[in-house]
Amino acid sequence: MTLPPVLQAQLRDLVAHEGNPRAAMLESLRLVQAAEGWVSDDRIPQIAAELGVTPAELDATASFYSLIFRRPVGRTVILLCDGASCGLNGADAIRDALMSRLGIGYGQTTPDGRFTLINSACVGGCDRAPAAVIGPDRTLVGPLTADTLNAVLEEAP
Amino acid sequence: MTDLPLTGRARPDRTPHSLAEWRALGGYDAVERAFTIPPAQVLDAVDAAALNGRGGAGFPAARKWRFMPAPETSPGPRYLIVNGDEMEPGAFKDRFLLEALPHQVIEGALIAAHATHATEIIVLIRDDYRAAIAGLTRAIAEAQAAGYLNAMTMRVHPSAGRYIVGEETALIAALEGGRAMPRKRPPFPAQSGLWGRPTTVNNVETISLIPHILANGAQWFRALSHTEEGGTKLYGVSGRVRAPGLFEAAMGTTARELIDRAGGVSGSGRLLCFQPGGGASAFLGPEHLDVPMDFGHMAKAGAMLGTGTLIVLDDTACPVEVTARHMAFYARESCGWCVPCREGLPWAARILRALEDGSAQPEDLAALRDIAAEASPRGRSFCDLMGGAMAPLASLLARFPDLIDAHLHRGCPLKGAG
Repeated sequence: MTLPPVLQAQLRDLVAHEGNPRAAMLESLRLVQAAEGWVSDDRIPQIAAELGVTPAELDATASFYSLIFRRPVGRTVILLCDGASCGLNGADAIRDALMSRLGIGYGQTTPDGRFTLINSACVGGCDRAPAAVIGPDRTLVGPLTADTLNAVLEEAP
Repeated sequence: MTDLPLTGRARPDRTPHSLAEWRALGGYDAVERAFTIPPAQVLDAVDAAALNGRGGAGFPAARKWRFMPAPETSPGPRYLIVNGDEMEPGAFKDRFLLEALPHQVIEGALIAAHATHATEIIVLIRDDYRAAIAGLTRAIAEAQAAGYLNAMTMRVHPSAGRYIVGEETALIAALEGGRAMPRKRPPFPAQSGLWGRPTTVNNVETISLIPHILANGAQWFRALSHTEEGGTKLYGVSGRVRAPGLFEAAMGTTARELIDRAGGVSGSGRLLCFQPGGGASAFLGPEHLDVPMDFGHMAKAGAMLGTGTLIVLDDTACPVEVTARHMAFYARESCGWCVPCREGLPWAARILRALEDGSAQPEDLAALRDIAAEASPRGRSFCDLMGGAMAPLASLLARFPDLIDAHLHRGCPLKGAG
């Protein structure tokens, strides 16, 4: 599938604005991910061609950053903190509850395409431990309990 | 004047001020004033204020600025980069400053850019801080429309994960679009930074303090502190405390006072140990509760102030488990360039986890000690990620030998106690 014209135009704008095509690499990946949810292998040479960099250069960047998703993700991505302060406040129990309720482990997506669960640290919410960041706006939620967790999951699209 | 210059104007719900609201609170007065003063004098004022960088290393801000070459000797673009890639375990202070007080960040950055003859300001913010990215972007547009930016270009660069991006040379590589691999120093960024040009990288909190030095003077700034290091510090307390949070207090405030302000130790109520400056700082014990928490005193105590965000453990929490978490984190976030870091950290994490599970053998413990001994000295890797990661591990081994031995064969004796 070729790049949709809207994305193509956005990428051209980005290159024109940045001046240096290499400097635009990460932002170009963010743009594509914002539109499509992730960055597929097929998209790499297409984006590279728009930018005027080699697919290898772009792939080097795309494969480095943990929040550029290279596999399809669910509509709601849950980044659950597994850092020290969250661990000291019951993060493992929240992890177990989430995994059993969603039926998935870290790095997996529910079969209905609703949720992806990823472990992350530190999410900068140590005063709200155990904490997670959730959804397209990366909303900080916490302190998570069985009840608040249910509310958060039910609100998700 | 206030004894809470950094956070005194913040709203409890963190809603940022509009430009008009910020102006009404005296905002941008310091910028207007700084622009009438020659850069060298701004630098002298910051020097006299004894401001140590708040990113973790505590390097004097003015000294870092003085590394920048004179503009005559190096004509062309020069950069000021504000580091908002906060990802240190236990740290949540820059999130607050970026979300609640974006105009304060802009003011500080404009003054720092003036002092260092920078031509462009870039604020790198981690991807998870979306509210901060949006709020600061909006505030920059407001400041620009009102003419405060003059000829300066200022923009936000949202990052996309990876702790190592916060290391200043890796951050520069990230801004150039590539993999964020740390670079060898020297040359330091002031000589050859972004695109090979003179570059200064300052932490969000450091930058946020600058306007107050210009507004109230170096003497006032030094008087805010309990010690020789100037200013207030935005401390954080989390882990096993009743009311975790951020507390702006005099530089050199003690852990005892900060833990009190956080409602005291939770769990058993008895303090076992604490990390004074985030995941990469050594464990200190109850005997350190009255040591002033500044860069100098924490170093002398065998730890570091780092981010100034304490992680507190009561005596039902297991420091082996906490260190296992830290090692897993640093292993995951290593860029993989240097072998001791790429290979050593995952082994450390695995052995600590095995100790917790009860599957560790005495030879595993010997290997763990080996890793700490071999990887701790500076110079074994390009950047400080591994050395920093070794601080909690080495102090765990030194401080809790009996507890570690008790883990052999039978697993964590504290499991379930907390």
